[in-house]
Amino acid sequence: METAMSAREAAQAPPVPRIMMENLHFFYGETEALKNITLALPQCQATGMIGPSGCGKSTLLRVLNRMYDLYPGQRATGRVMMDGENIISPETDVNRLRSRIGMVFQKPTPFPMSVYENIAFGVRLHERLGRAAMDERVEWSLVRAALWDEVKDRLRGPATSLSGGQQQRLCIARSIAVRPEVILLDEPTSALDPISTLKIEELIDELKTDFTIAIVTHNMQQAARCTDQVAFFYLGELIEVGPTAQVFTTPRQRRTQEYITGRFG
Amino acid sequence: MRRRPAPLVLRRQMINGLALGLAGFATLLGLVALIWILATIIVNGAAALGPQLFTRDTPPPGSMGGLRNALVGSAIMTGLGVLLGAPIGILAGTHLAEFGRASRFAETIRFINDILLSAPSIVTGLFVYQIVVQPSGHFSGFAGVLALALVLLPVVVRSTDETLRLVPISLREAALALGAPHWRMVLRVLYPAARTGMLTGVLLGIARISGETAPLLFTALNNQYFTFDPAQPMANMPVVIFQFALSPYEAWHALAWAGALLMTLFVLLLSVAARRLLRTGSA
Repeated sequence: METAMSAREAAQAPPVPRIMMENLHFFYGETEALKNITLALPQCQATGMIGPSGCGKSTLLRVLNRMYDLYPGQRATGRVMMDGENIISPETDVNRLRSRIGMVFQKPTPFPMSVYENIAFGVRLHERLGRAAMDERVEWSLVRAALWDEVKDRLRGPATSLSGGQQQRLCIARSIAVRPEVILLDEPTSALDPISTLKIEELIDELKTDFTIAIVTHNMQQAARCTDQVAFFYLGELIEVGPTAQVFTTPRQRRTQEYITGRFG
Repeated sequence: MRRRPAPLVLRRQMINGLALGLAGFATLLGLVALIWILATIIVNGAAALGPQLFTRDTPPPGSMGGLRNALVGSAIMTGLGVLLGAPIGILAGTHLAEFGRASRFAETIRFINDILLSAPSIVTGLFVYQIVVQPSGHFSGFAGVLALALVLLPVVVRSTDETLRLVPISLREAALALGAPHWRMVLRVLYPAARTGMLTGVLLGIARISGETAPLLFTALNNQYFTFDPAQPMANMPVVIFQFALSPYEAWHALAWAGALLMTLFVLLLSVAARRLLRTGSA
């Protein structure tokens, strides 16, 4: 009861939104995958997206960095505001947008090059750094991704020879090396063992000090452990959003309660 | 556990034995033919091997000589053919796999490319004869280069297209998610990921064109003399082997066998190289 109270207090003083979605709709061809979503991602907080498969939570992440641009027939309407700019408008430069909003995928995706080059690749897209500065940036991002100690002696080795958990942290390091403002994580631990998962959860907690985070997860404990705000999606609709403690202890909607207690989905 | 009735088990074992036997026999048949061919080439070719093959040119009837002009001509024309055909093939394959993925245009190109891939190479030879040799009034190495490039092109297009499409979508998205422009993603992420497959395609293409006779018969023809100049008719291994093997002269027969052995070794070497590449690449 007490946690619910404090959570309600927190909700009364909403933090600054970093990204604000207003009346967002998304279509795969004729199918509407997101229906009239209005949702804020608060600055330097982690927002968890939960809901059964196919509810639209991953789609939402792919809207935020315009990944859907790649595929003809996919389109979004409405507004997704970031610094007074509508992200989904055709005028927005996607490459610059993606340097501000990074993404980590479900399966680790190391590039076929060395550990060092994996990180330098992204940095070089947006900045011209000298050798020393680049070394520094690579080290900084690997330290932040809690991977430095494990790879500092094999920076020139192929990234594909790292373990799955290390590869995923490398992907996180690669994203933060570009120094984005927002990081999107699409089920980042679903392919990992419990120990690697724990490391990444600790990492997410740590990253919140500098980055705004949105994380899609099927793992209720994970959502409870490392998010400040939770949004529950069902069939393309945003059913409920609120501070994590409140949603998990006293959900306002019956569907939310059923889902988080494992009665469906 | 319930036991299966004995007649059923027996029947399955018999069918299994029969199928295995037939498959083994077919393999044996193929292998025997292959070994027979290789053995004939090695026995006859080895007898004619010697340093003179590389130091002397193809001789007039009745005298001794080597294959120097043909080896050099083949090397020049194959080399230039690869330089011409491979880049175009790689670019076209990249377009099919990356930029025209599902478009009707790409599908049409892919279909035509497959036809080109299986078209008899003599058609390519006649085509180049029509558009280059006839207007220019004489056979030339350049015409041969063009014909070889045309034979190589569909091989490279196909292998590039296929290996690029094998690269998982997630790798493309990961690169784009960092803010990489499409071309940079292709160049820096996809090509390294597909490198071995693409290179293997080019190597197999080289193996194919280095043995092609028909396209050269109508284009480069042959040249009894040594030349580095592709504007002239050019000697080359396949046509020399073809002509010498059909001649009535003993010395020419020997040279044809030696040439056949050299080419077989060359193709073997390329194939081994391609296989090794594939293995190190996938590790």
